[in-house]
Amino acid sequence: MSGTFVGMPAFPTAAREALADSQLRHNLAHATGTIRAKRAKVVAEVEDWEGLRLAGAAAKERALLDLDTQLVRLEETLTANGATVHWARDAAEANAIVASIAKAHAAEEVIKVKSMVTQEIGLNEALAAEGIAAWETDLAELIVQLGDDLPSHILVPAIHRNRAEIREIFRTKMAAAGRPAPADLTDEPVVLAAAARAHLREKFLRAKVGVSGANFAVAETGTLVVVESEGNGRMCLTLPEVLVSVVGIEKVVSRWEDLDPLLRLLPRSSTGERMNPYTSTWSGIHAQEEGPNDGPQEVHVVLLDNGRTRALADEVGRQALRCIRCSACLNVCPVYERTGGHAYGSVYPGPIGAILNPLLKGVGHDDQIDSLPYASSLCGACFEVCPVRIDIPSVLVDQRAQVVDAHRGGVPKPEAVAMKGAAYVLGRSRRLSALERLTGLGMSFARRFGPSAWIGARDLPEAPGESFRAWWQRTNGGRKDDA
Amino acid sequence: MRVALMVTCINDALYPSTGQAVVRLLRRLGVEVDFPQAQTCCGQPMVNTGYLDEAVPVVRTFVDAFAGYDAVVTPSGSCAGSARHQHSIVARRSGDQALENAVAEVAPKVYELSEFLVDVLGVTDVGAYFPHRVTYHPTCHSLRMLGVGDRPRRLLEAVHGIRLVDLPGADQCCGFGGTFAVKNADTSVAMGADKARHIRETGAEIVVAGDNSCLTHIGGMLSRQRSGVRTVHLAEILASTEAGSIEETLR
Repeated sequence: MSGTFVGMPAFPTAAREALADSQLRHNLAHATGTIRAKRAKVVAEVEDWEGLRLAGAAAKERALLDLDTQLVRLEETLTANGATVHWARDAAEANAIVASIAKAHAAEEVIKVKSMVTQEIGLNEALAAEGIAAWETDLAELIVQLGDDLPSHILVPAIHRNRAEIREIFRTKMAAAGRPAPADLTDEPVVLAAAARAHLREKFLRAKVGVSGANFAVAETGTLVVVESEGNGRMCLTLPEVLVSVVGIEKVVSRWEDLDPLLRLLPRSSTGERMNPYTSTWSGIHAQEEGPNDGPQEVHVVLLDNGRTRALADEVGRQALRCIRCSACLNVCPVYERTGGHAYGSVYPGPIGAILNPLLKGVGHDDQIDSLPYASSLCGACFEVCPVRIDIPSVLVDQRAQVVDAHRGGVPKPEAVAMKGAAYVLGRSRRLSALERLTGLGMSFARRFGPSAWIGARDLPEAPGESFRAWWQRTNGGRKDDA
Repeated sequence: MRVALMVTCINDALYPSTGQAVVRLLRRLGVEVDFPQAQTCCGQPMVNTGYLDEAVPVVRTFVDAFAGYDAVVTPSGSCAGSARHQHSIVARRSGDQALENAVAEVAPKVYELSEFLVDVLGVTDVGAYFPHRVTYHPTCHSLRMLGVGDRPRRLLEAVHGIRLVDLPGADQCCGFGGTFAVKNADTSVAMGADKARHIRETGAEIVVAGDNSCLTHIGGMLSRQRSGVRTVHLAEILASTEAGSIEETLR
């Protein structure tokens, strides 16, 4: 991936552009509609889905509220298993650690398991700056990388592309990255997958260093877990001599059995499958009693903060750290369905991105970040499907208050003046009553000269002859003229 | 039982017929409502835009107006949700323990109209007559914040003469979202366009919902499209009888 989200405009501006893209709108409506229906079907099969959600949320919450202890325990168990543990405060530190490991092995390329966290820290770009090529091996990530594009979805990063567009990307871009696409490439899914398979196979067999994230890290056993669908992850985790895993500190769970609810919740919520095809677990170096060790001979784990302790300190927002990156909230979100992921200006788009980015980066210093908590109609569909019960609407509302509070004290925006005025009027009913006597006048004015944001596409209602309040007083609650 | 009507600011100023319908409907069912004159707004426009300090005097006015009632009925899922789920946040922010206590007292007594009819009064057939082809849009806050479930639908199904048709994608948000409708107007309109398209597909002449704020947005789109479909609040359908619709009998 050579694109970057740096410098993206605030959500309303980015959304306006996305909304005008008819191909994008069509692709997204089709893809999210399909995956929504799949999820709903397999979730309905589970007898006590709500109980499972509560168990999953509790498992994550338990570890988060005891994070200092659990992380140290994880370091101890990983180290005992032969892994080398590194701590990274931010993206720059994590990238430097991965680059130095690759350089120590004179690697000019690494192969990657699909990983959100390495996109969050811009690892591919950082490695490229050091002369190291980072190859994505997940099919959708490959499409995004070859297309010089940006991911637009957590689970299916090329959701904004259809197969005709993918064929074009493979046809024109594959050759520059390795084995070219066959001359007779069609847009049949099986043909496209075969082309990607042949292209990637060379990279799997050649690379000396693999890079991954982790879905979960078990403190008790020093085990990392990667959940995937294509088998490319299994290849990256087992073929290279060196394996580096970058893991956000919120991925830790305390016990092995905590994986039980989480591994049942994740596939049904994300791909709409009862079980995902590949679940890989590894605990440091797999030592053999005889002969060479199995799998990677050198295993590194980079534990990354990058704003997570900031998020943990937020009493309302910290629940976002429970997120298991299933993307169910994206698929049901009516805003995401229409704007797509790029409008959120982050590798974490959709409802979870709208809260996670402000939590990780803080509000009050970047208009793009400050716009994200407002990128929601607060319809609540996200909370309803979240497998770990993150109350996204409540966090959004709390973050809006944080945004407003961060801007208090300076020259007030028109909106702040309006809200102060509203608070004055609505604080006393007689002030409201006085204002309502002007409603008719106000509405006829608004119907013609109101904010274009409203009247540009929507009519305003006719003003009634009198307010309810006035009617009640005039008729004694309808008793005087009510038949 | 002392019952108060919380008419909501938008109904007070723009849709008095909805408030009148609630009064008439409940009177028909034997419940006399009070209209506490001190009431203004639930404060949701401020809370959902991030202006918590500005919401404090509004919530204070709210609890003062409705203190002492056994039930507070409102023809809005969104405003009921605001009172039940957000007032405590505002009160906590104020640092005023008395306000927190007052909110804890009043908030659980706030009922959205369909909840009050079905759960408190125990009726689904309210004796209404409404001979029109109607489709029902369940509003997000009534559905997901309050959990009114199928109560509005059951009430509508019991209306005499009505032809109720299913709305495709019914549970998807219409795109109003309070200040979202202007802060993210393009996205809001894109959502509204799809909602309006689904409504038109049903062939209904009327779309009904339990929130006039959502209906202002939906109706604004349908009107701009000259679609020939109008919006009517649930209360106005339930208040209509063979003697006439609420508009005909009260104006």
